[in-house]
Amino acid sequence: MNVLTAAAGVQSIDWTLLLPVLFTAVGALAVLVADLFLTEERKAWLPWGTVGVLAAGLAAEIVLWTQQSADARGTFCLPGGPNQALSAAGLCSYSVDDFTLTLQTLALGATLLVVLMAPSRFKVPFGEYHFLVLSSLTGALVLVAARDFITITVALETLSLPAFALVGFGRRAGGEAALKFFLMSIASTAVMLFGISLVYGATGSVYFSAVARGLALHQSTAGPVAATGVVLTLVGFAFKVSAVPFHFWTPEVYAGAPIPVAAFLSVVSKSAGFAGLILTVNLAFHPYAHSVGILVAVLAAATMTVGNVIALRQRSAVRLLAWSSVAQAGYVLVPLAVSASNQVSASVAYLVLYAVMNLGAFAVVSALFGGADGQQSGGELAEYRGLYRERPRAAIALAFFLLCLAGLPPGVMGLFAKVAVFKAAVTGNLVWLAAVMAVNVVVALYYYLRWAAVLFTAADPDLIPAPRRPRSVLPLAPRLAVGLALLLAVVFSFWPNPALDALTLQ
Amino acid sequence: MAALLVLLLAVPAAGLLALYAVPAKLAGRIGALVGALVFLLSLVLLPLFDYGHAGQMQGQLNRRWVPAFDLNFHLGIDGISFPLLLLTTLLTALCLLYAVRTTTKDEAGRTFTALILLLEIGMVGTFVSLDLLLFFLFFEIVLFPMYGLIHHWGTGERQRAANKFILYTLLGSAVMLLGFLLIHAKTGTFDMVRLAQLHGAGMTASVQATAFLLVGLGFAVKTPMWPLHTWLPDAHTSAPTVGSVLLAGVLLKMGTYGFIRIGVGMLPQGAHQYAFALGAFGTVGIVYGALACMAQVRKGGDLKRLIAYSSVGHMGFVLLGIATLTRIGLDGALFASVAHGLITGLLFFIAGGFKERTGTTDLYQLGRGLYERARRYGALVVFAAMASLGLPGLAGFWGELYALVGAARPAAGLTSFGFHLLMAFAGLGMILTATYLLLVVRRLCMGAVTGPSGAGRYPAMPDLTPRELISWTPLAGLTLVAGLWPAVILALADPAVHNLLGGSR
Repeated sequence: MNVLTAAAGVQSIDWTLLLPVLFTAVGALAVLVADLFLTEERKAWLPWGTVGVLAAGLAAEIVLWTQQSADARGTFCLPGGPNQALSAAGLCSYSVDDFTLTLQTLALGATLLVVLMAPSRFKVPFGEYHFLVLSSLTGALVLVAARDFITITVALETLSLPAFALVGFGRRAGGEAALKFFLMSIASTAVMLFGISLVYGATGSVYFSAVARGLALHQSTAGPVAATGVVLTLVGFAFKVSAVPFHFWTPEVYAGAPIPVAAFLSVVSKSAGFAGLILTVNLAFHPYAHSVGILVAVLAAATMTVGNVIALRQRSAVRLLAWSSVAQAGYVLVPLAVSASNQVSASVAYLVLYAVMNLGAFAVVSALFGGADGQQSGGELAEYRGLYRERPRAAIALAFFLLCLAGLPPGVMGLFAKVAVFKAAVTGNLVWLAAVMAVNVVVALYYYLRWAAVLFTAADPDLIPAPRRPRSVLPLAPRLAVGLALLLAVVFSFWPNPALDALTLQ
Repeated sequence: MAALLVLLLAVPAAGLLALYAVPAKLAGRIGALVGALVFLLSLVLLPLFDYGHAGQMQGQLNRRWVPAFDLNFHLGIDGISFPLLLLTTLLTALCLLYAVRTTTKDEAGRTFTALILLLEIGMVGTFVSLDLLLFFLFFEIVLFPMYGLIHHWGTGERQRAANKFILYTLLGSAVMLLGFLLIHAKTGTFDMVRLAQLHGAGMTASVQATAFLLVGLGFAVKTPMWPLHTWLPDAHTSAPTVGSVLLAGVLLKMGTYGFIRIGVGMLPQGAHQYAFALGAFGTVGIVYGALACMAQVRKGGDLKRLIAYSSVGHMGFVLLGIATLTRIGLDGALFASVAHGLITGLLFFIAGGFKERTGTTDLYQLGRGLYERARRYGALVVFAAMASLGLPGLAGFWGELYALVGAARPAAGLTSFGFHLLMAFAGLGMILTATYLLLVVRRLCMGAVTGPSGAGRYPAMPDLTPRELISWTPLAGLTLVAGLWPAVILALADPAVHNLLGGSR
């Protein structure tokens, strides 16, 4: 009943389940090594190598989807159970169920878009950049499949450590942002580890299902210790998903980092953080569901309100997206606050739909304003004035993504995402939270629409100096990223069912 | 018939795509063509509709769309939605026709036409959808195009007005969505046919009251009900002509339609509980609207703003009719909705014509003596004003009369003293309405062409152009038809209203 016996026993490993992780891990090393031996001109092909690795990972996911049955398949399980697929005790470290597959597909697809959206004059060391992105992705892939606290912590660190370096690539304030991110992140990890140790002390296990049993058994005797552990663990994840009041690092880091990295943080890293939160809340801590629910509800309300109110005042595109992503995190938290019934599917649906629209917006910003020197900031909102006249297709795409983020038709996809969350809240009798969210949706609409309207307003020659953006044709990759995101957004607007399908967590 | 309903949505969508496939200078014509086609298609429904069963949903189509939300693509029409559907396609067609020449021939003209077609999809969809979530989706679709129309093609403080419009209505509809979800949580269905059959069964009185409050807030903003009307005058004053016509003619009806179909039909106990409040707010709106209109008849008063306030008053009658929860009151509310669409559409067209000719809608700068300067134009102004003040024989009369008759004998359990009081105030509002409209007529049409300071004080005023005649006379004609022969609409609406009220009253 503890880790030692697990280590002593011989575990059989189902390598097919690990394929996506293996592809990205090996791919990361391959890209790094390839970088050493390639001449400067040929390095331009490196991104396409990374795209190939990610496509292979996605193909592996498709294979796993086709094999998927109702039961979860685990590996790295404690031996001795009658059924090796998922032992009777359910003590597996790595489990592949539809939750895992959905979020792994999301992470791989999102990273693909992030890699593609790098602008033409993106001046970072190619090899290292792609190595770090793939390493971080590997952490994310493991995290969503992890079913014990050790694995999840290791995965979380694998996700975070490369991210610090990625942020450091930012030209303007990359170093400062990276340091801030690093300090915040290790502080939160320390808090979380302390929480996990308390939980382990109270329950004697690190496996989620065993922890849940232990918490249910010892609720009276180990009450305060276990409760403290639960809260501290959740605080650690709250940092990762930048829930208020643990959100301070977000805007600085997003603004300081290169735009594709900011996109990566706001989608892949954040989704992984949410996956960790969902897993621990629903699998490990469900005996505390009621109190955790109240805590999460308050966090959700505070997160969306603070994020939106501050986003209202932003003048820079990336900062606006950063604060709005804080607010959107609040919406994702809402279904987690429902303790009466399992509403995890709504959170996952929101994460998937949000990933598409947010990456789309980031892709346009990055393609237009991410490349030129001194313009890694993503531009001020005023610089987007009259974009429709200059680049009608980019403007329409950006406007569509912004409407999706606002949840206003014709951005139907975003509306579906909001409906999923509202439905979860109303079903779970959290009408007050739904009402708070309703007001927030209106506030958010204001700043998204303001930006969208600017795109179509005629440029005022008196106010804005001659356009600084180069009128060159955008390279293929960013256009591909915007196109893919747009295609997905349109498809999800008419047929959102793949994202909304009910999930079971095992 | 179901195929036709789908076509009514698909043709504007196809037109939207076609706009971007052809050169921008053709955009206006494509728009007019699509508008006319959709209107003709909706006319084809006329012979297909089974008038013997106007109370039943007809031409139903039900397909699963998003099982996770229990959202079905469920369409159909009955005697309540059919007249509103025809009104929508007619007004959109007229607007698109009217806009052919005013629309610029460049990229902006394309966007303009695209927004109107998108608006049409939303408006048609709202009246034909039979699934609460689908209804909500279409209800939301209209927001963005109308925002765009006001924001980019409006005048004056257009950006502020556009923001105010969209923020108000979105807040209303977000709350409305909560109400729908609450209904679903208690009854397990979004199907509007099923919910109408249930007629509130499965929901306790307090749940119904909460749901009615949430849903009603959304509709009250849209209608608009005093005191949630403040977005309307700004939006109308700033909006371009066709924007105003569609906003007043159709968008406001989405609110009253929702009140009738969802509020009264599916939440009867909730409606009963808040009926008096609804009627009272409506009556305040009547009196307030009339007084606000009177205040506009002054130096610097704006004709479009005046028509907007008059809408608040007219919609007050509609709300009063709904609040009585009687057959006659609801019949009146529906009739008044359609009539208001025709008359106010015409009024906004006329105001737009003034704007085009003189560049202003300021009542005092427009000048006097329209009878002499532009004979036919003046006659049309008087006709529209008479219709708006409820002259018997024109469309404006019946709906408001029925609403008052309904208030004289409200549904069982409602305070008849209170409703008699409301009736008295509404009657006062009618007199005030007549007053301000006659003041407007006197100001614009009568009097000498030359002012006190000498000849040529007022700008020349070209008379009605053929384009205006073609796009405006249908409205005037239908106003007359509906006034002389109200049974056209009432025969359709009455059986449906009967079913809606649970078939009892």
